[in-house]
Amino acid sequence: MSHESTPQVLNRVAITGMGGICGLGSTLNEIWPNLISGKSGISHIEEFTDDKLFPIKFAGIVKNFTLNPDILSEKEQRKYGRFLLLALQAADEAMSNLNLMQSYEPDRIGSIIGTGMGGFDLLESNYKQFFEKGARRINPFLIPGIIPNMTPGLFSILHGFHGINYSVSSACASSGHALSAAANEIRLGTHDAIISGGTESVVTGITLGGFNQMKALGKGFDDVTKISRPFDKDRCGFVMGEGAGILVLENYEKAKKRGAPILAELVGYGSSSDAHHIAAPHPEGKGAMTAMLNAMRNADLRPEQIDYINAHGTSTPLGDKIEVQAVKKVFGDHAYKLAMTSTKSSIGHLLGAAGGIESVLCIKAMMENTIPPTINLTNPDPECDLNFVPNVGIKKELNYVLNNTFGFGGTNSTLIFKAQ
Amino acid sequence: MSLEDKVIKLVSEVTKSEAANISAGTSLIDDLNLDSLDMAEMMMKMEDEFGIEIPEDETENLKTIGDVTSFLNSKQVN
Repeated sequence: MSHESTPQVLNRVAITGMGGICGLGSTLNEIWPNLISGKSGISHIEEFTDDKLFPIKFAGIVKNFTLNPDILSEKEQRKYGRFLLLALQAADEAMSNLNLMQSYEPDRIGSIIGTGMGGFDLLESNYKQFFEKGARRINPFLIPGIIPNMTPGLFSILHGFHGINYSVSSACASSGHALSAAANEIRLGTHDAIISGGTESVVTGITLGGFNQMKALGKGFDDVTKISRPFDKDRCGFVMGEGAGILVLENYEKAKKRGAPILAELVGYGSSSDAHHIAAPHPEGKGAMTAMLNAMRNADLRPEQIDYINAHGTSTPLGDKIEVQAVKKVFGDHAYKLAMTSTKSSIGHLLGAAGGIESVLCIKAMMENTIPPTINLTNPDPECDLNFVPNVGIKKELNYVLNNTFGFGGTNSTLIFKAQ
Repeated sequence: MSLEDKVIKLVSEVTKSEAANISAGTSLIDDLNLDSLDMAEMMMKMEDEFGIEIPEDETENLKTIGDVTSFLNSKQVN
């Protein structure tokens, strides 16, 4: 029997592994130096030539990506949306050398993964077949290849995990909520290890076109690497990115006992709703404030203890301004002492994967005591006057970091990590 | 290219198996490990490639590369 009764005192949550993939690289070791030196992962999409179909021809795409057939055979890879393949890559990095299956009962290892949309790339190609040739030309793998929960499903199938297995979908807050849910399973003792984080890849005509019709996307700069410019006066919308950020959460004491590397501790989370609008943030940043305050309460921290905020900061005119206001209200004078950056300036907005990759970057920042910069911040908005670490990363001792992710539907998530 | 070679080429592409390892006697299910969804996809690709329709109840008779080639021959595909 592997059942354990609910603990009187909640278990602590260790992060013992992590992996990332985005426009700046296919592993964390590749991404990190690019990020710190202020490089951009945004590029032109060569295949998008038709102006009518592709008004937006750039994104933070993962270049030259091939998944090692040892992770999933080439025959299998053909069946799945790109978001699944990116997740498998990041998970392979996160789980390497952790020996989870040798350390815990299979039914105490699970997976909770955030994805805001799913396999829209496969959906789009199959729609084309459907409209041109009819229903008999729909690929039998379409449905399993696009549903968001196939990521934790494949993790379970490929590794033999028999524990919890589901996906979380709350638009751009998906990964934050997935990590919150995963942390709770560890805290309550239902599981010893959970693979969490998020994945997203929807760089397709229909999704770029859809966001463009909402006037949510930035454009108008000849140099596409300059478009994502959070907190800058000339910001004009977000730039889409693709990728995944996967983390391994373990029962802290058990991880310590078995000698697993403890990279950080997930000490708190906060969630909230704006109760205001389908896409626009609450004008006073109420939801954002509540999420941050709840996270600090949950972690039993005072605002002065937070050293760095990885902001939602998508580079939209309204969103960035309101997040800054919310941070000022929550942190008071300390808002001017902490550093707040948006890594979306470098890698774009990974939508449902944003909180996954950003959590990975937050933890790496603590491990390296280095804050990644906000690039393209050349002309700061007077209403955005915090320390945004413009253009190049800086060294600073980091003990507690906070990650904000906010999603359409007025849903907000904040996570807090502690250095080891 | 013979009809059999065309079938082998297509099967090799879909299953990512070496064409050299596929012959008339190769079983789609037992040797190439295709499950029911794989088989459905394979029949769809065959229909596309050879411009025919394969009725669903015919699929279960198409166990080997040879079966497929014979079926296509019977439909005057070449």
